Amino acid sequence: MDYILSILVFFPAIAALLGFVIDKDSARVYGITVAAIEFFLSLWLWFSFDGSNAGMQFVELIPVIPDFGVNYYLGVDGISLFIILMTTMMTLIGIMSLSVKENVKNMIITLLFLEMTMVGVFVSLDAIIFYLFWELSLVPMLYIIGAWGGSLRVYAAVKFFLYTFAGSLIMLVGMLFMAYTYQSLTGVWSFALTDWYALVLPVSYQMWLFAAFFIGFAIKVPMFPFHTWLPYAHGQAPTIGSVILAAVLLKMGTYGFVRFSLPLFPDAAVIWITPIAVLSIIMIIYTAMVAYAQKDMKQVIAYSSVSHMGIVMLGIFAMNAEGIGGSVFQMLSHGIVSGALFMLVGVIYDRRHTKMMDEFGGIAAVMPKYAVIFGIMLVASVGLPLTIGFVGEFLVLIGFYQVSPIMTILAGTSIIIGSVYMLSLFKKSFFGPVTKEENRNLKDLDAKETWSLVPLVAIVVWLGIYPKPILDPIDNSVKAMLNFMDEKAITQEAKDMIHVAKSTKEAK
Amino acid sequence: MLEPINVSLESLNLITLAPMLIAIAGGLIILCIDLFKDGLHKSLYVMLTVLVLLIDLGSVIGLNLNERGFFDVILIDGISIVSQVLIIVGSIVFIPLALSSKRFHEYSYPEFFALFLFMVAGFQFMVASDNLILIFVGLETASLALYTLIALHNRSNSYEAAVKYFTMGALAAGFFAMGSAMIYALTGSIEIYKIAEVLGTRIGETDLMIAIFGGFILILVSLAFKLSLYPFHTWAPDVYEGASAALVGYMSVVPKIAAFVVAIRVFGMAIDLGIEPIRTTILVIAVLTMTLANIMALVQEDVKRMLAYSSISHAGFVMAALALDTTEANTSIFLYYALFMFTNLGAFAMLWISRHKMRRFNNRYDHPYEKFAGFIKIMPVGAVIMGLFMLSLAGVPPFSVFWGKIYVMQAAVNAGYIWLALVMGLNSVIAAYYYLKLVVYMFLKDPIKDVDTIYYNISRPLMVIIGFATVATLGAIFYIQPLVSYIYYMISASGY
Repeated sequence: MDYILSILVFFPAIAALLGFVIDKDSARVYGITVAAIEFFLSLWLWFSFDGSNAGMQFVELIPVIPDFGVNYYLGVDGISLFIILMTTMMTLIGIMSLSVKENVKNMIITLLFLEMTMVGVFVSLDAIIFYLFWELSLVPMLYIIGAWGGSLRVYAAVKFFLYTFAGSLIMLVGMLFMAYTYQSLTGVWSFALTDWYALVLPVSYQMWLFAAFFIGFAIKVPMFPFHTWLPYAHGQAPTIGSVILAAVLLKMGTYGFVRFSLPLFPDAAVIWITPIAVLSIIMIIYTAMVAYAQKDMKQVIAYSSVSHMGIVMLGIFAMNAEGIGGSVFQMLSHGIVSGALFMLVGVIYDRRHTKMMDEFGGIAAVMPKYAVIFGIMLVASVGLPLTIGFVGEFLVLIGFYQVSPIMTILAGTSIIIGSVYMLSLFKKSFFGPVTKEENRNLKDLDAKETWSLVPLVAIVVWLGIYPKPILDPIDNSVKAMLNFMDEKAITQEAKDMIHVAKSTKEAK
Repeated sequence: MLEPINVSLESLNLITLAPMLIAIAGGLIILCIDLFKDGLHKSLYVMLTVLVLLIDLGSVIGLNLNERGFFDVILIDGISIVSQVLIIVGSIVFIPLALSSKRFHEYSYPEFFALFLFMVAGFQFMVASDNLILIFVGLETASLALYTLIALHNRSNSYEAAVKYFTMGALAAGFFAMGSAMIYALTGSIEIYKIAEVLGTRIGETDLMIAIFGGFILILVSLAFKLSLYPFHTWAPDVYEGASAALVGYMSVVPKIAAFVVAIRVFGMAIDLGIEPIRTTILVIAVLTMTLANIMALVQEDVKRMLAYSSISHAGFVMAALALDTTEANTSIFLYYALFMFTNLGAFAMLWISRHKMRRFNNRYDHPYEKFAGFIKIMPVGAVIMGLFMLSLAGVPPFSVFWGKIYVMQAAVNAGYIWLALVMGLNSVIAAYYYLKLVVYMFLKDPIKDVDTIYYNISRPLMVIIGFATVATLGAIFYIQPLVSYIYYMISASGY
């Protein structure tokens, strides 16, 4: 299976095209089957992946526009492998738990196209191909939010699209400039990431290019102050839209930082550590507070998701193996946990058609299974030890501690504020007497919902207790990347920053 | 006694004239057929036109590179071949739009098709010469034919459009003649290469340079009218609104290619000589054009007017490439229009099939946004295809216009104009909003129930054309490489 990456990318797209022929009533089963096959293909990718090899594997390279240096260039390493797995898994579970009633067929086709673009982003090693999938992923999401969303759906969808589009066009100019610089130094056009890695740029160039890429990625993450599109998008999106958005689309931004910004511009990245850390901490604390002020359950989770992305950002800019490795792990755990939480909110929304916390109370007595799963996901989100959320957060905080203890303590408060708003949500909705009459007869989770959620619970607990099989390959690739950055960095500062981190790791 | 002038036939190199003569002969044949037999169906004329254009295309491709002919006024260099190919291909793909299922006044006249061919010949003269007078003659031939074609669409606002276009066009022609006269007075020549020689030797003379700059500005103004650049664009939305969608699609591509070629010849020469104010003027005009046209497009209520402003903005985009004056930038002009042509063809063909004799949605507009509300529920394939064209125009990869955009932006970056690339990027975002507006109407709104289908004017040939445009838009990534290398080779062979 040399071409497994191409198969992974294009299988859902071809399935989506063929899906136009499928009858309306069978579309659901079709979607689940295709997503399941895709998931098994990605599992296969994992099994045939060589965990000890830190470099790119399953590389495919086909020149597309040789004059212009654009190649169809794919590959995975430990960093992208698990994000791909998470993508295919969340798509599968999202489709399984799909509660949309109208136009199910359109939804399934859209989701499959979306899956192609998402997998494509994480396997591309060519900037233009990356950009292509990156932009293309906006279109299905626009449709999902705009067609199945709440009352302000069109506004939310267009805002989402334009905001991200604006950021990525600035990033595109950065990419073009990068290619131009490469061409003027080597005489060859190339957009291949591995070629760009070899380029050592003066710090002033790095700063500008870093800024251009930063805008593109930061809007996607979304970093404070570019996060304003997200609450709208989440608030208006249907459940499946929120699940995919939180689980996968946000990860594209942080993945971009790891894949592009750090290895391409190590010196600029080190100079930018403090500003980005400050922004991340504002993002962590401020959005956590905003989350506490929300009355709508979904908004609580949306803001908590921004807050957690702050932790991911902080880890990436710790510039050491724990920090970056922890960030990548946190991306996975955030994807699974916030995806599951959005799904859970969707469950109750389907029954009561409201997400307001004060409409509920005492649900635990009526829906015990639901309450248990919600509880587990909630503590995982807060970062309780022995859940998946703990591992990533802990590693990130350890990593950043080496950079700045004070900022780490500030970031650590997120665990406290996080538990405040999450537990208050849980208390308001689940405990106490049943206050509303209509809540008395709510049905507990049905088979479809249970079977979508139980695997996620299993993963949350499994990886919380034993994260090693996933952490090891991630760690390998991250260390290779750090070594490479260390060699490439030209300023002494940057070398120290990256180097110190490495030596402490070795000392342990 | 004057000496008799001896001109040998070989020295005329008449083969360089063949493409235009073929188009003109084709037009005459169509007129003759009409003389002999009345009431022939339009499909005959459409197909005859296509066939004549195919022969024309063949004769263009067969031309040798870098030749002169016909008293050296015809110049066959890479640019003239590439642009002639684009003009002819554009004409071939647009003329079958006449085969709509409903009858339209203009297509019942064979003169329509004859005029169309004369117009193509005019454009060919324009691009295949570096003699300002011949360019002027080509420009006028083409423009006069085009005014008539617009007026033939039997509607009151078509007459308005034609008269408006004619008035503006006449003004532009005046400016062109005036500019050429000034340049002739100052340099003693109307051949661009000779002008360049003269100016090259006298580049230091400030007063001459100021005067010649005035001459260039006059020509720039006249071309700006033709290219609908700000602030000379005001005719475009009204003319686009009045003319038939099929013709508007054509107008937004082919005449602009021809005008760009003239601009490359004239201003490329000026910028090469180092007359920097020309470059600055063009850049300012280009940035203003793309930005202001985009902002105007935001508030339009009619899709056709929106597309009119959007095509103004696209012209501004390409105009910026002109100011860079590098081989890549000149390549990007043709690449952009080649890619833009197919998407535009598709978009206007979609408008064309929705054309109804009555204005059923709005008293003023033919194609208000409401008309497309809920298109996805009425005609899913049509909506997806139209959505595709809109996304392509917005520059979403991997559709065709994206590659044009990225190439123009890359050319800007390479020439050191990073701010220009950023302006282009931000303009694409503004543009994305109004394209998305149509997508939102088509996909996310409910249809207005009491009005029947909007694919009123559809027919099989139109479906074929739309299918072709869709494939060309979707599959751009596969033919970019040969297209770029062909155009690049041609442009660099002619020394631009």
